[in-house]
Amino acid sequence: MDSAPVQSRQRPYKPPVLGRGQTFDTVTDQISSVVDRTQQPRAWWIGFGIGFVLLNLLLVCVSCLFAWGTGIWGVNNPVGWAFAIINFVWWIGIGHAGTLISAILLLLRQDWRTSINRFAEAMTLFAVACAGIFPIIHTGRPWVAYWLLPYPGTMMVWPNFRSPLVWDVFAVSTYATVSALFWFVGLIPDLATLRDRAENPIAARIYGTFALGWRGSVRHWHRYETAYLLLAGLSTPLVISVHSIVSFDFAVGVIPGWHATIFPPYFVAGAIYAGFAMVLTIAIPLRRMYDIKDYITGQHLDYMARVMLATGLMVCYGYLTEAFFALYSANLFEQYMIQNRMFGPYTSIYWLLILCNGISIQALWFERVRRSPVFLFIICMFVNVGMWLERFVIVVTSLHRDFMPSSWFMYYPTIWDIGTFVGTLGLFITLLFLFIRFLPMISMFEMRTLVPAAEVKEEH
Amino acid sequence: MAQVFKPSSNTYSRLVLSGVLLGVGGLGLVGYLLNTSPYNTGAYMARSQPVPFSHKHHNGELGIDCRYCHTSVEESAFAGVPPTQTCMNCHSQIWTEAPILEPVRASFRTGQALEWTRVHDLPDFVYFNHSIHIAKGIGCASCHGNVAGMNLTWSVAPLTMGWCLDCHRDPAANVRPREKVFDTTWVADNQKELGAKLVSEYHVQPRQDCSTCHR
Repeated sequence: MDSAPVQSRQRPYKPPVLGRGQTFDTVTDQISSVVDRTQQPRAWWIGFGIGFVLLNLLLVCVSCLFAWGTGIWGVNNPVGWAFAIINFVWWIGIGHAGTLISAILLLLRQDWRTSINRFAEAMTLFAVACAGIFPIIHTGRPWVAYWLLPYPGTMMVWPNFRSPLVWDVFAVSTYATVSALFWFVGLIPDLATLRDRAENPIAARIYGTFALGWRGSVRHWHRYETAYLLLAGLSTPLVISVHSIVSFDFAVGVIPGWHATIFPPYFVAGAIYAGFAMVLTIAIPLRRMYDIKDYITGQHLDYMARVMLATGLMVCYGYLTEAFFALYSANLFEQYMIQNRMFGPYTSIYWLLILCNGISIQALWFERVRRSPVFLFIICMFVNVGMWLERFVIVVTSLHRDFMPSSWFMYYPTIWDIGTFVGTLGLFITLLFLFIRFLPMISMFEMRTLVPAAEVKEEH
Repeated sequence: MAQVFKPSSNTYSRLVLSGVLLGVGGLGLVGYLLNTSPYNTGAYMARSQPVPFSHKHHNGELGIDCRYCHTSVEESAFAGVPPTQTCMNCHSQIWTEAPILEPVRASFRTGQALEWTRVHDLPDFVYFNHSIHIAKGIGCASCHGNVAGMNLTWSVAPLTMGWCLDCHRDPAANVRPREKVFDTTWVADNQKELGAKLVSEYHVQPRQDCSTCHR
């Protein structure tokens, strides 16, 4: 080993991912001060207020749904799946960026992930929570939703294991469990910091309970690092598998527009794309609200925008492939499907989708756009909308005109469809603001490793 | 700085954590056991009836065939509960003064049917058909137990869907020769081989799709 030339040991240049002049103390003080302070900035109250109002809208919509049944939605034959599955796929896709950032970027030693992984993982959890609501309320009888699980009951009837909908149950519940564990384990050292800083004894006890007696000893750190790496290893395949299985919900069906082998990679790319757009949608206002530009720097925005550009182009490749396969298949139904998508009754939605997902991101080729919070935020909004429209196009335009013209029908959402969707946005926003209020939104102990004083010089 | 927790907190936290895990698992187990027990299914509990009719006496001791009273069991979904006239076929001649039979005679005089309490009551969304089971060699005893030995009548089966499916998934465990269907005391010496043989001989093909029982 020693005979290897010194040159090969030098690492490639990495741009700094932490503002100048930060020390161990400033990092800890600044991040935990968000939680420690008794009065939150006005922006927090406004954001939380909006979220809370919309959360109540969700409660109203879901209560009415339970009382009156799924008939209050616009779904009917042949579009039996609409907003519920669109929202489910949209939300679960958004979560994927958090897992990618926390697991894959950790294993790839991308240290810029450090300042965004905590809230990105929180975003994952909240997005999965929002996503999980939809399949359950879509069953129409949510009080027997536990029938989705294989358990020995008096009926001794099992879910159909050949159905991707059952795979979904396992994929999503595994995803939720592993994400929650990963997030919690990553929080433990910071919870201990908050425990030690807390002036309110009740807060100290609450933080202390969840800190699990963390003292920061070498043994603690050793076990912690092992556990964290193991969880990262467990999460890594989930980035790929969960959305692949979600795509099987469609790809296994024989409906033109669904039955395509491109679906798993296309969905995974779309998930990461949508997820990074949502991470940026959260990060850009946050760094303004709490003045944390030293932690989430222009470099971070640049990196995330590059991931968006790359995955966005993959998604566009998916759109092209769908059109090409329809042409190449020589299959009348496939060809009609793509023609109907582009020029049928939902034509405006298709072209809006292409505008949002395909054209708007071309601006990201320019570094000035990638580093401009305002421009980036606008593009992210386009992508958020575009990815939702993509699922609308896949679900609704494929279903509303299938093989038999006599069963063709248009789908229009009712106010309950829209209210439920907007309501889950409220749930998401509410949870996010509560998270910011009560937990450190940036991993303090990992940020401390980026401080210049923590750098380990290699000896030659 | 003072410690937030005492050392005993470690023990408490372990107790709470294991309590939660065991509690959730235990609750599930208790729920399952209660749900499948006679407490919930009502099996092995004799019901009170207007007249304490004894299957043991009539069928087991006197040897009256099941079909003498349950006349439609071979042709229809419902086995049939006998009208009072069937009872009076004999009881107009014997035990004509027995006080225990007064409700039967009252029913005969007024034409008001006796109101028996159902012992085997399936939910209304289940369409059970007696005739096909009889035709395929499922004995009365497979579901109703040894009725010829019951003084009062009770059920021996939980009548849960899982119990139905047990047999629909493995009919060989219960199929018997057609001539033994109404003999509730009969037990095969070699049910396994006999069942397999009869399943192919009688073309027993129990279906398990939802619409077989839930139309």
